[in-house]
Amino acid sequence: MRFYEHESKTLFAKHGMPLGKSGLARSTEEAHGIAAEIGQPVVLKSQVLSGGRMKAGAVKFADTPDEAAALFDEILPIVVNGQHAESVLVEEKSPIAQEYYVGVTWDGRRKLPVVIFSDMGGIDIEEVAETHPDHVSKTHFSTLFPVTPRVAKEAIGATGVSGSDLNRLTPIVHELIQVFLKYDLTLAEINPLVRLEDGRFVVLDGHVDMEAEARGSHEALLEELGIQPEETRQARPPTDFEIAGAKVDASDHRGVAGNVVGFDGDLGLVIGAGGGSLTLFDAVRKHGGKPANYCEIGGNPSVKKTCELTKLVLGKPGVEKIAVMMNVVSNTRVDIVARGVIKGCVESGRDPADTIAIFRIPGAWEDEGFKILKKYGVEFCDRSVSMYQAAGRAVAKMQAS
Amino acid sequence: MSGMFIEVTVDAKIADDRELAKKLEEVCPVAIFDSSGETLRIAEENLDECVLCDLCLEIGPKGAVQVHKLYE
Repeated sequence: MRFYEHESKTLFAKHGMPLGKSGLARSTEEAHGIAAEIGQPVVLKSQVLSGGRMKAGAVKFADTPDEAAALFDEILPIVVNGQHAESVLVEEKSPIAQEYYVGVTWDGRRKLPVVIFSDMGGIDIEEVAETHPDHVSKTHFSTLFPVTPRVAKEAIGATGVSGSDLNRLTPIVHELIQVFLKYDLTLAEINPLVRLEDGRFVVLDGHVDMEAEARGSHEALLEELGIQPEETRQARPPTDFEIAGAKVDASDHRGVAGNVVGFDGDLGLVIGAGGGSLTLFDAVRKHGGKPANYCEIGGNPSVKKTCELTKLVLGKPGVEKIAVMMNVVSNTRVDIVARGVIKGCVESGRDPADTIAIFRIPGAWEDEGFKILKKYGVEFCDRSVSMYQAAGRAVAKMQAS
Repeated sequence: MSGMFIEVTVDAKIADDRELAKKLEEVCPVAIFDSSGETLRIAEENLDECVLCDLCLEIGPKGAVQVHKLYE
């Protein structure tokens, strides 16, 4: 779940990171008042959960409170990547001498957190990594031991920053690492972190993503920031399909079925099992298939829940068939999922044999599940067929139909 | 009473025995039996949730409760 910039900054300020004077405006009058209180030129930034604000014209500079008020009215209605703003951050405009980038995130390949630092901040870090790789450092660290400031120092020093700048940047980067770990974040980013002309270091823009599953552990912080339990805080507003999926999932405490994301393809996916969803989704695409959705099932969802999920996926415009695939399951029963998807097909007025391109869920109660699938003429396979092969069979069926 | 995959039958004597009916409701993990009324009700909407645990089969005389898999 994403935090707005002003919330990220509140979190950073809580941890002693240096920030410029600012205030959150929800009205023209508030924008005027905050700019007057700051008493110098300001920057107004639309508060949306998306990048691309500058390009969309949702970041503007004002020299006077009157100008700030006028720009507030101009900025607030601007929709940035589908996101509507409800507030604008009014912040002192800072004369910048040098911009840096620092981000802390997880490296999935290394299975470790990593600090990414660059002395070329203010622009897209991926672009810097491509065009000036020597200006970007990646420093992994372990979560098994306390993280010392040495990690931050290494990350900064690797880009050639030294002397006073190195010494003054180190505590900021170190604190960002602590914030990342303490609040179960998936991303803690400052871009840019700047050295002002007067030598001070200031966080100019920040971006924080918290692991959605960790919300329960950080209720106090979320309450402090005013983030309500019903706010999903995804990168874009959920679609009707996704809202319906969440309702299916919430309808029954048993298992998971309904965490869906809509895509434009024609092959519906009822997939899951501890990372299996990602693997299977990628496998379908690798075979040239076009997924209609991403989804996650697991933890032995009830027949009704699986049935409703199947109906939801089949009800998506353009979906011709579904592929029901999981890794080898131990905590989900194959027969229960088989009942659910077949029932979902029948209740959608479809023939399970024609609709289910492949059923590949090996594991607990598979013999019972296979009896059900056989009765309804559904093609199924056991663990001797890999997830990748099963995805290939599903795609081949789609291409043949 | 049958669902799409599972059929459950209960001997009438058991259905009218409030104590046994209550036990059936207690043991079933997926709420197939409802003993709140005057006679035991089988919740049709839950039949297909049956996890084949056989706990209901152990209540009362042998054969009084039967669970049939309709896909066999």
